[in-house]
Amino acid sequence: MTAITEKQNTARNKPRTPWLNTVAGETAIQAGVFVVLLLAWEIATRSGVISPFMLPAPEDVVRRMADDLASGVALADLGRTLWRAVLGFVISAVIGIPLGILMGRFALIKWFFDPLISVGFPMPKIAFLPIFILWFDVFDTSKIIMVVISAIFPIVLAANAGTEQCDKWPVWSARSLGASKAETLWEIIFPLALPQIMTGLQIALPVALITTIVTEMMMGGPGLGGAMMTAGRFADTQGVFAGIVEITIMGLVLMKGFEALRRRLLRWQPQVRE
Amino acid sequence: MNTILRYSPLLLLLLAWEAITRFGLVSRQVLPDLATIGGAWLQLIAGGELAWHLAMSMARAFGGLALAILIGVPAGLIMAVSKPFRLALNPLVQMIYPIPKSALVPLMMIWLGLGSSSKVVLIFIGCLLPVIVSAYNGAKSVNPFLLWSAASLGASRRESLVEVLLPAAMPSVLTGIRTALGFAFILMVTSEFVIAKDGIGYLIAFLGDGGVYPSMFAAIFTVAAIGFFVDRAYSMLSGRLLRWTVT
Repeated sequence: MTAITEKQNTARNKPRTPWLNTVAGETAIQAGVFVVLLLAWEIATRSGVISPFMLPAPEDVVRRMADDLASGVALADLGRTLWRAVLGFVISAVIGIPLGILMGRFALIKWFFDPLISVGFPMPKIAFLPIFILWFDVFDTSKIIMVVISAIFPIVLAANAGTEQCDKWPVWSARSLGASKAETLWEIIFPLALPQIMTGLQIALPVALITTIVTEMMMGGPGLGGAMMTAGRFADTQGVFAGIVEITIMGLVLMKGFEALRRRLLRWQPQVRE
Repeated sequence: MNTILRYSPLLLLLLAWEAITRFGLVSRQVLPDLATIGGAWLQLIAGGELAWHLAMSMARAFGGLALAILIGVPAGLIMAVSKPFRLALNPLVQMIYPIPKSALVPLMMIWLGLGSSSKVVLIFIGCLLPVIVSAYNGAKSVNPFLLWSAASLGASRRESLVEVLLPAAMPSVLTGIRTALGFAFILMVTSEFVIAKDGIGYLIAFLGDGGVYPSMFAAIFTVAAIGFFVDRAYSMLSGRLLRWTVT
């Protein structure tokens, strides 16, 4: 008898958190909202409330993507876009990281590039695209240069900030232990600035991707952006949606991949290890 | 004097440009000299074209941005205080966030045609996400003591939202709006390049297609300069608005 009352009491005194308030519960609700949205979309299009011309059913979009993938069209476009975006991104990194570091170490380089960066960064650089088309024609070169011009700014800024803000003690210790200037730069300053550099690269990656898509949309030709523009001009809504989904997935995969790379490269850092 | 010294590298570049065109190192067709560009710029202004197209573009950019702020800031704040609201909206935010907004240009073309509405909606969608996320993060990081004090002093939910949460989230919100401002300009130029009948992006593409390169250079540098000065003006304004904050 007493045992039962006690049990009841503890049950009453320690209210369990309702299942819906747990992390799993919240995730379930949000997934539910997502499914309801998809269902509403599917029903609205199937029942004819919204014409498939304005909004194709999710199922049709998926089928279209599968068809494009099977025929190889999507892969060819994807490859082209990926090539331009990644090459542009790599060139920005190869130029931007050393430039940012050198700006942090040499006053003259800082003096020359600082105003260019601070004026160029907030400008809508995409406006310069017609100039690059004029100079380098409408093929890969002008697109990749446009990507570099857009993506390099966050990289330079991050590399510069990382170099200037890095802890002075390790640098002084290395110098007093007889490290040369080049050795200090490569073995002390670069690793210390690496977390910030990686952050800059993480900002630059989507910029490179978006700029690639925009240049492709403007100039047409092979590539996801060009394919989407063609689909748009022919009022092929399915093609447009397939393009949006493909671009989004590609961006997510690239970004997640880069995050993994960041964790791998910065394993030695306490923040990452936690 | 200090500013002149600071920006002297830009002057050096202009001098180099002038020298290249003077000595005919590259064709004038490909790189017009500065005087010609300046003349073309004056002509564009005198003809009224530049002002008209710029006015169209600015109306679109700031219209879309204003809508995004009007809807995004309250949405972000309410998401931070109301759980049902957050659970309902978060999936949408998560869904739209990774889509590159420029990729929506062809879709907007099909849905809303070639006019202003397709651009305003595109800019609105592009600006909305950074505004919502910054308002939400700003409100989430507010010291709960402030909210408890307000509540114990008798503030209603609405009052504490407007008078405590909003000012406390302000630094984060203003940073988000700055990001959105950059997006607005990029999306405006992009969408006008691709599909438009007017606007500065259209004017640039039109001049380029017609081979009127000095005017094209003039229009490009105008919109780039406006993008730069708007950003500068904004950061001065937000500095003023945040005078009361520590640091």
